[in-house]
Amino acid sequence: MNFDDTPQEAAFRAEAKAWIAANAPKQYEDELRKSSLGRTALRDANILEVAKVWQKKKADAGWACLHWPKEYGGRGSSPIERVIWQQEEGPFGKLSGIFIIGHGMCGPTMMAFAGEAEKKKYLPPLASGEKVWCQLFSEPAGGSDVAGLRTRAEKKGDDWIINGQKIWTSGAHYSDYGILLTRTDPNVAKHKGLTMFFLDMKSPGVDIRPIKQASGQSDFNEVYFTDVKIPDSQRLGAVNDGWNVSLTTLMNERMSIGAGVSTGFPELFDFCNSLMLDDGPAIEDRNVRSRLANYAVKASGLKYTSMRAISALSKGDRPGPENSIGKLVAGSMVQEVAMYALDLQGAAGALSGPEDAEIAGKFQAMLLRAPGTRVEGGTDEIMRNIIAERVLGLPGDIRVDKDVPFNKIPTNGRA
Amino acid sequence: MNFDFSDEQKQMRDAARKFLTEKCPPKAVREVLDGKATYDKALWTGLAEMGFLGVAIPEEFGGAGAGHLELCVIAEEMGRALAPVPFASTVYLAAEALLLAGSDAQKQKWLPKIASGEAIGTLALFEGKGNPSPQAIKLSASGGTLNGVKKPVPDGAIADFAIVAARTGSTGRDADISLFLVDLKAGGVEVRSLTNIDPTHGQAELTFKNCKAEPLGAAGDGWSILTQVLDRAAVLVAFEQVGGSDRALEMGRDYALDRIAFGRPIGSFQAVKHILADMYVSATLARSNCYYGAWALSTNASELPEAAAAARISATQAFQHCSKNNIQVHGGMGFTWEFDCHMYYRRANATAVTLGSLSYWEDQLIDRMRKKNAA
Amino acid sequence: MNFDDTPQEAEFRATARKWVAANAPKEFEEELSKSSLGRIRLAKHDMVEVGKTWQKKKAEGGWACLHWPKEYGGRGATPIEKVIWQQEEGVYGKLTQPFQIGEGMCGPTVMAFGTEDAKRRYLPKLASGEEIWCQLFSEPAGGSDVAGLRTRAEKQGDNWVINGQKIWTSGAHYSDYGLLITRTDPNVPKHKGLTMFFLDMKSKGVEVRPIKQANGMQEFNEVYFTDVVIPDSQRLGAVGDGWSVSLTTLMNERMSIGSRLATGLPEMFEFCSNLMTDDGLAIDDPATRSKLASWAVKASGLKYTSYRAISALSKGERPGPENSIGKLVSGTMLQDIATYAMDLEGASGALTGLDEETASGQFQQMLLSSPSMRIAGGTDEILRNIIAERVLGLPGDIRVDKDVPFNKIPTKGR
Ligand SMILES: Cc1cc2nc3c(=O)[nH]c(=O)nc-3n(C[C@H](O)[C@H](O)[C@H](O)COP(=O)(O)OP(=O)(O)OC[C@H]3O[C@@H](n4cnc5c(N)ncnc54)[C@H](O)[C@@H]3O)c2cc1C
Ligand SMILES: Cc1cc2nc3c(=O)[nH]c(=O)nc-3n(C[C@H](O)[C@H](O)[C@H](O)COP(=O)(O)OP(=O)(O)OC[C@H]3O[C@@H](n4cnc5c(N)ncnc54)[C@H](O)[C@@H]3O)c2cc1C
Repeated sequence: MNFDDTPQEAAFRAEAKAWIAANAPKQYEDELRKSSLGRTALRDANILEVAKVWQKKKADAGWACLHWPKEYGGRGSSPIERVIWQQEEGPFGKLSGIFIIGHGMCGPTMMAFAGEAEKKKYLPPLASGEKVWCQLFSEPAGGSDVAGLRTRAEKKGDDWIINGQKIWTSGAHYSDYGILLTRTDPNVAKHKGLTMFFLDMKSPGVDIRPIKQASGQSDFNEVYFTDVKIPDSQRLGAVNDGWNVSLTTLMNERMSIGAGVSTGFPELFDFCNSLMLDDGPAIEDRNVRSRLANYAVKASGLKYTSMRAISALSKGDRPGPENSIGKLVAGSMVQEVAMYALDLQGAAGALSGPEDAEIAGKFQAMLLRAPGTRVEGGTDEIMRNIIAERVLGLPGDIRVDKDVPFNKIPTNGRA
Repeated sequence: MNFDFSDEQKQMRDAARKFLTEKCPPKAVREVLDGKATYDKALWTGLAEMGFLGVAIPEEFGGAGAGHLELCVIAEEMGRALAPVPFASTVYLAAEALLLAGSDAQKQKWLPKIASGEAIGTLALFEGKGNPSPQAIKLSASGGTLNGVKKPVPDGAIADFAIVAARTGSTGRDADISLFLVDLKAGGVEVRSLTNIDPTHGQAELTFKNCKAEPLGAAGDGWSILTQVLDRAAVLVAFEQVGGSDRALEMGRDYALDRIAFGRPIGSFQAVKHILADMYVSATLARSNCYYGAWALSTNASELPEAAAAARISATQAFQHCSKNNIQVHGGMGFTWEFDCHMYYRRANATAVTLGSLSYWEDQLIDRMRKKNAA
Repeated sequence: MNFDDTPQEAEFRATARKWVAANAPKEFEEELSKSSLGRIRLAKHDMVEVGKTWQKKKAEGGWACLHWPKEYGGRGATPIEKVIWQQEEGVYGKLTQPFQIGEGMCGPTVMAFGTEDAKRRYLPKLASGEEIWCQLFSEPAGGSDVAGLRTRAEKQGDNWVINGQKIWTSGAHYSDYGLLITRTDPNVPKHKGLTMFFLDMKSKGVEVRPIKQANGMQEFNEVYFTDVVIPDSQRLGAVGDGWSVSLTTLMNERMSIGSRLATGLPEMFEFCSNLMTDDGLAIDDPATRSKLASWAVKASGLKYTSYRAISALSKGERPGPENSIGKLVSGTMLQDIATYAMDLEGASGALTGLDEETASGQFQQMLLSSPSMRIAGGTDEILRNIIAERVLGLPGDIRVDKDVPFNKIPTKGR
């Protein structure tokens, strides 16, 4: 057991470090370092623009999507090299936020199901950040229950015509492409009538409406489709096999290791180290310490859990199921951390303006963003079901809609 | 980076599991639980024969000279099996103290006997309620004799020798404390067994009356040695706790799959599934923290104090959480003496305090992180 | 809104207080006040015997089962008077533990479904503690799922013949009578084939085997029935109607208000107020205070929730569903409190000997006993289901065994 780099890894790390030192946008380093969940914005620049420039620079030098094959815009790196890169990229990695969906989910799905020509055409600009992708799965009728979706795709000649609505689509408003899950056959059981596509978000008939979030920001959208045309060549996987294709996407989402789920702990620890309470430094208060210690061991537990997975990957093994705990633990933790930080601020804890609030309202922003973490990409309850069923081998829920034709499933709880 | 045990270490874990499954089934644990024996002597001998008692003791002192990572994998199995033997007191406390601070003669005398199972050792630190602290040590040492009372002393009633923390000064500083080695069979010590919630691990009160003792380590170094011993033991006990957590989780999972209520396995109810998923989460967090502790222990890294506290807290919480909810998943059966659930609950709550309580280690962790942060 | 006694209530309280002062077994006051969950035992006396004497005395003075009609051994008191009595009885109330199942569940069921003869014969003796009752519902095959029970009752002439097994029966080893739910028709869906009886625990063919509990005590039992004969006159409710009869019992169990659920808080507060730690009194430590405060508001929340119910009762209204939170909250709380008390004792926290430490093993016993509070009388999970379904109106679990004949329901998970 050791944390040492092998000679090759050390050489790789040195190269990465040197390149970053020479190329990273250092003027934003401080701001990025201080940014946290719910608050990744730059004061004097558009973060989207800055991120695109950084991503392009990385791509030009071979540092984008490291683990992808070279011909699709990557570097053909090993998993461990990717982790080393992330460690070295440090706070500049926060700039990749807007590409995570494309790199983590859309890209791998394209890689697995698109034709060779499409891969060559679409993946390199996705890797370089020139094109941003979004994921159009959730609908008003189904988020946890994605397979309950209702957006229709009907075949017309060589094309498909899309009608319906998606919701919660992060980044749709600045995306160029999207992967889209649709219903192609409503007369069969719900998992059996789905088909996956990708599409140009500028296609006629696509209407994007930002949703104002509970946090006050607008990162996600409703997306309406009215007779939107998609050529059959943009179909991913077989007709009616969309459920299997989507599982690849979601699996990639959950396997994306070292994605650094935010726990809020480093921020809280820093805060407590400098905060003065009425009877002395917060960090000397037994109650504060007890709380901090509890959060500390969760944060370190997550960190070392992901290191175990990375180790497995670097030995060419499949990582165990441990990593599935990450978002579940981090989601409620970041929420509790934020609440406790507000508590420590006393009556001023409710102030959120960057000028008035403690450390520029960082924890207030975190508090308001945290509920989203416990919902997006699988709610806490769905994550617990996944652990219980796939890891512990407990029976699945009783499914009342399993063998029922989709159009016979009830749509309202209180009929 | 390689943040995992090696294949050889994993083989050793499998060997230990096989051995303990055979030699330490719940029936054997119950012999001690029910007071029919003070510890499982046959198992103790068997552990010596397998080379487990001396796994981290250098060959020159009669051990296998393997190392602490090997000891960690064995500790996990010991916790899983609830082995009713003085392993923690002898191997994590006494042997570690000897290795850290013993003179060559002391090591030559005691370590081979530990490795061969001939000697049981322990650490006599506490004097009643409270957590590790130099102020709490009142037992006095002068002219090579000890006077005072230690309680609770793990396995104190069956131990052959004890490392005793004693007061040798009154400046109010850590340097007031020194360690001594006492041959408990040589007279001068009164032993009284204490009842405790986990009868599979005995606790005792030792009263020292003009008891002969030899110094262990330099005078005034006692507290600094103790701190190191406690950190090392914290990691090792944490592995036992992780082993216990995993076993409690498995018991709960198996019962949930087998037990039918309302015409379906209770494991098909989300209320039960989510209890078990949460148990898995805490056991996993603890295991990962323990791996880091194992690394720090085996390399004597400067991160050890922090890593040990984190492993200790995380594993204590996980074992308490898993053992209590294992009972819950078992319903009425979980509250019987006959089912093994309560043995894990007892062990979890006893190990939660034996090296100092959770609150104590929480405090230590933040202290240590803060020092590192300031540096 | 006020907490004042009305003039009548004040008078009642004064009478009760005087009577308790004159009659209570004061020699046990000290021991009782120190007893808590898992440790309600008297050092030199048999708790059940002392309890019986006290209960008998109360009955003679008209202070037993106060809210029951006089002709059945009660006092015909109002709900609020019952509460006042409990407040005044104080620590001696702990002596009523062996009678709680009888008074809280068996009695009300007999009251609702027994014949007039049966009521006059059995209830006064139940009230006076001369005869102790137990509840024979749970079986190996079903505790949460009581309706899954398998003990058979078959009609033979004017009698019923019982064969089967019950389990977890608290106090069966010292009980005189029991309330017994059985299956009379295994060919219909499970809720429809049940019938309720009461029986003499000394009947031929009843065998009581104590079970040793996780905390080392023996308070519950297995009860085996081999060709036990029960006359039809001891049937409660119609044949096949046992499920709705049992709901009366269970409802009474859950409605029994002010039944003094232990939370562990008073013990803990006192413990922290006196405990010296390395850096001062525990109660001065911010971490301890924060924990105590969270428990204190839970305990007071429960207390005032039960006051709300009492107020409703005293106005003649049916109390709301709030009271159903009691056991759910207090069970976990007891367990947490015990764990933290041990934590505060540091390395000695695991010691249990009576003479070892200030709290004399009180919290260690509480720790070992508390898991049962989260199981007995409805597990935490079942209570949450009840709150979700009956209070909040959410749909019930999907029932795979609902319309299935009982003998077609699976019995093994894997
Ligand atoms: C910030 C944010 C960004 C997002 N970005 C995207 C995106 O880019 N693309 C996209 O497609 N989607 C996105 N989503 C949508 C997200 O995936 C869904 O919100 C999520 O899957 C939950 O679905 P829902 O909102 O329909 O809630 P529901 O599924 O209706 O859930 C409501 C509640 O019911 C519970 N529940 C549902 N089913 C079960 C069950 N079987 N067992 C137990 N409990 C259950 C849930 O846990 C939850 O508590 C985003 C969401 C958020 C908050
Ligand atoms: C100290 C003690 C005293 C008792 N005294 C008596 C007595 O005097 N008389 C008597 O008749 N009984 C008595 N009982 C029995 C008690 O009522 C049952 O133990 C209890 O109802 C649980 O049933 P079970 O033991 O069969 O567990 P199970 O019902 O098998 O439960 C096992 C687990 O599954 C969960 N579970 C079961 N069904 C569901 C569901 N639908 N949804 C979600 N989770 C579920 C439970 O919550 C539990 O975690 C006593 C029990 C104890 C511990």
